[in-house]
Amino acid sequence: MTNHLPAKETPAASQLRRRHRPGERIIQGFLFFCGAFSILTTLGIVYEIGKEALLFFRSPEVNLWKFFTGVKWQPQIGEFGILPLVNATLTTTFFAMLIALPLGLCVAIYLSEYASARLRGWLKPILELLAGIPTVVYGYFALTFMTPLLRTIFGKDVVGIYNTASAGLVMGILILPLIASMSEDALSAVPRSLREAAYGLGATKLETAVKIVLPAALSGLAAALIVGISRAIGETMIVALAAGAGPNFTFNPFKAAETMTGHIVRISGGDLSYDSLDYNSLFAIGILLFFATLVLNIISQRIVRRFREVYE
Amino acid sequence: MIANTPDPSAIQAQSLSVYYGDFRALKEVNLSIPQKKVTAIIGPSGCGKSTALRSFNRMNELVPTAHITGEILFMGQNIYASDVDPVEVRRRVGMVFQKPNPFPKSIYENVAWGARLNGFRGGVGHPSMDEWVEQCLHKAALWDEVKDKLHQSGLSLSGGQQQRLCIARAIAVKPEIILMDEPASALDPIATLKIEELMRELAEEYTIIVVTHNMQQAARVSDYTAFFTMDEDRAGILVEYGATNQIFTNPKDSRTEGYITGRYG
Amino acid sequence: MMNPGLTPVFEPSIPQRNRRAAFWRLLFRLSTVVGIVFLFLLLVNIVNQSFGYVAMETRVDPATLAVNGVPLEELEKEDLIDVLQANVSAGKFRQLEREQPLAERSRDEIYALVWEDVVQPDIASTWLLTDSLFRQGAVRAEAAEKYPQAHLVFRSWLNASILQKPQSSEPLNAGVRTAILGSLWTIGITIFVAFPLGVGAAIYLEEYAVDNWVNRLLQTNINNLAGVPSIIYGMLGLAIFVRLLEPITSGAAFSLSDPTTANGRTILSAGLTLALLVLPLIIINAQEAIRAVPNSLRQASYGLGATRWQTIWHHVLPSAIPGILTGAILAISRAIGETAPLVVVGAATYITFDPSGPFSKFTTLPIQIYQWTARPQAEFRNLAAAAILVLLILLLSLNAFAIVLRNRYSKK
Ligand SMILES: Nc1ncnc2c1ncn2[C@@H]1O[C@H](COP(=O)(O)OP(=O)(O)OP(=O)(O)O)[C@@H](O)[C@H]1O
Ligand SMILES: [Mg+2]
Repeated sequence: MTNHLPAKETPAASQLRRRHRPGERIIQGFLFFCGAFSILTTLGIVYEIGKEALLFFRSPEVNLWKFFTGVKWQPQIGEFGILPLVNATLTTTFFAMLIALPLGLCVAIYLSEYASARLRGWLKPILELLAGIPTVVYGYFALTFMTPLLRTIFGKDVVGIYNTASAGLVMGILILPLIASMSEDALSAVPRSLREAAYGLGATKLETAVKIVLPAALSGLAAALIVGISRAIGETMIVALAAGAGPNFTFNPFKAAETMTGHIVRISGGDLSYDSLDYNSLFAIGILLFFATLVLNIISQRIVRRFREVYE
Repeated sequence: MIANTPDPSAIQAQSLSVYYGDFRALKEVNLSIPQKKVTAIIGPSGCGKSTALRSFNRMNELVPTAHITGEILFMGQNIYASDVDPVEVRRRVGMVFQKPNPFPKSIYENVAWGARLNGFRGGVGHPSMDEWVEQCLHKAALWDEVKDKLHQSGLSLSGGQQQRLCIARAIAVKPEIILMDEPASALDPIATLKIEELMRELAEEYTIIVVTHNMQQAARVSDYTAFFTMDEDRAGILVEYGATNQIFTNPKDSRTEGYITGRYG
Repeated sequence: MMNPGLTPVFEPSIPQRNRRAAFWRLLFRLSTVVGIVFLFLLLVNIVNQSFGYVAMETRVDPATLAVNGVPLEELEKEDLIDVLQANVSAGKFRQLEREQPLAERSRDEIYALVWEDVVQPDIASTWLLTDSLFRQGAVRAEAAEKYPQAHLVFRSWLNASILQKPQSSEPLNAGVRTAILGSLWTIGITIFVAFPLGVGAAIYLEEYAVDNWVNRLLQTNINNLAGVPSIIYGMLGLAIFVRLLEPITSGAAFSLSDPTTANGRTILSAGLTLALLVLPLIIINAQEAIRAVPNSLRQASYGLGATRWQTIWHHVLPSAIPGILTGAILAISRAIGETAPLVVVGAATYITFDPSGPFSKFTTLPIQIYQWTARPQAEFRNLAAAAILVLLILLLSLNAFAIVLRNRYSKK
């Protein structure tokens, strides 16, 4: 047995050593900053908006219990009950989902199960187009088309010039492409082999789509629904233009009412003095809105991730 | 070409050609499959074995570009005739796929789903759904392994068990013919053996057509063997068809011999 | 083992099932058609409002302004100046002279002044395009009865002058010039900030980030930010850019502030707010583009002894750049159409002068549309429709560009 001495380091070997590359380090540092920058946005939202909201809740004129249960929002007389705003938001969201969910689902089924590849190639960009139209245009559409339409159908004394139904229905059109494309993604992710198995047992196309593909994609569809709701809650311009100005606690969808978002734009669009209770109250609504949509989005992402794992 | 067997025929291809767009994947195939026997289809990859198999229950129709010429006779009827419903054809000609593909439902539901779909009727003198599910699982040699967890997901089973579940699912709609496309290629040797035994047993009641890449498997399980290959323009053709014994010991065509010995050697 | 006599009966009732299948298939197809019909209705409604008859009343009938039998529209510049002098107050005439000597102005400018200050047209009523086309008789009868003084003229609200004129309280004189310039300035700032940051973040997350909790947090955070309602970004912008950073965003820190505002409600604040809004979208789209670059390319580059950044710069980015640009354009077109956050940040309700830089007060095209739509007068609705057409054409060309880019890219 021979013992090998460790080879002596030759000058060439030293070239293999790890070299310092300050340029690479700087670039990596900068890129990390870019990646981390978004955290600042989130912190900014939580801190700045939270701070103003806290000022609101701390104010002696505000009672937390009355804030969440009050049915009157009239800052002039110190009434801060958020229910009228929440109620209007829920009403418009309900009407939006009434349109967007069934239609979006049907469109998704048609695209993923029935349409030929060529037709799909045409239809999807059209849907994208619909999704790319600015929301202020939808607001215009609600005010100049949907509302007059509702008023002709149900009568001018039943339907107001501003009403939550019109805003909600048009919001449904806005959200339809979102739901359709998310649902279509979920449906197409269901493996072909499951469809073939169903056909092999003598299932019709409908039975395959509804009884096999749909249940298999259920969690993806649920995620689409949740994202749709979150989008509807946060949608602003349509309700700002068509739902009405002025918090109004009503369950009548043909009457004017102001949503949370609608209230924020209207008040902040006017002359608003900083550091007033009015100003702070907007941030209280804002932080509520932020957390509501955040929770919905997180749930939907969770669901989507689970769903992906099933079919990996 | 001799493409007939002495046994009564279950299904028959007559000058069958299948195209994907302009590409002819299968050319002028004449083949008569005997009743209640196992028929194996062998041949090099891409020669159209799956295509041939899938044309027996109009499964190729799910490929938008596919179309066929020629006829497939089943119970004296051309299944491609305009008044024939593919849904009905597929109920009578069932299919088991290469990769096990149970529905993401319970084991019980996997078996019951197709039967219920096709208007399963229980009642006096007939089995209830529970009995029928049990009976199908028995026939698929799976009952003993799953009888205590019928309501667990079909996806929780092992690959071999999943494939037997798929077989149980296929026989639950009482097809006359079962098509199997490399049913054991995704499985380990022991699971493969189980599937092969099962095929032999099922052949007492059903006509079975099985595509396989595995020569030994074809030799072990099948009564008849059809050998396909590709011609110059890559269209699949049927080269030789006959009793398995004869194909493997005394092939008439040199191409068959080449393929078989190539694999054995 | 089992009872062999037990065989089930099947009643597949296929015709009935096929009928049901056909019915639902029709329903699915119909839903898709309905979706397209919505898009169609939306566009038709806007076009319908952008063109049509208007009943125009004038303070002075232009026919009476003919000089020596030559009708007003054919008069020479000198004659037009005379007409102007004869029909406006002396003070007004002096003021016009002071702004720019009339003799130095072009004939068309003088002609426009005569219309504005002498003829003073005013719109009594407007009609939709469909009515103007298909119910012409009824429209004429209605106009003759209700507005006997008025001329009925066909008007395209979308015209060259709407692009050239600033905001005005007179619908006939109002235009979107200020708004378009405001939009361009704002978006310029948005791109300048969000594009490098977004692409940098995407490169970090795709090429550098290892799978640890910090990077997972970054990714989750970005995904969540993409779903935050845009109005929340407006509130963030209001709190941070308009108020907290007011010295910077108003330009006071550089003694550049606009004397008319001198507060933080500037183009800069708006641009930065929109940058925060589109940043997550740009990051997510860019990540997808970078992920689509095959790994073999990276390995080949490392195999040749390239450093990580050299690999990214020379190999990954060149193949990913079309995808990154496509994604960025789509994100930017979202920013162009945003309204709510800018209202919250404090878009000016009424400005008539062009923005001069990042510290100017601002309005943008969508804001202008919002304000016009919210007015009760029908003429402003027509104006809003024309402005929407301008906005849609702008967005459509951007999107078409993105699609062309994408197709080029996917063919390669
Ligand atoms: N959906 C399809 N579209 C177009 N061409 C197809 C399609 N399916 C199969 N083909 C082509 O048809 C020919 C026969 O394919 P098929 O799958 O039947 O071969 P195979 O014998 O089953 O091969 P393997 O042993 O690999 O499974 C091949 O050339 C294949 O490329
Ligand atoms: Mg095959």
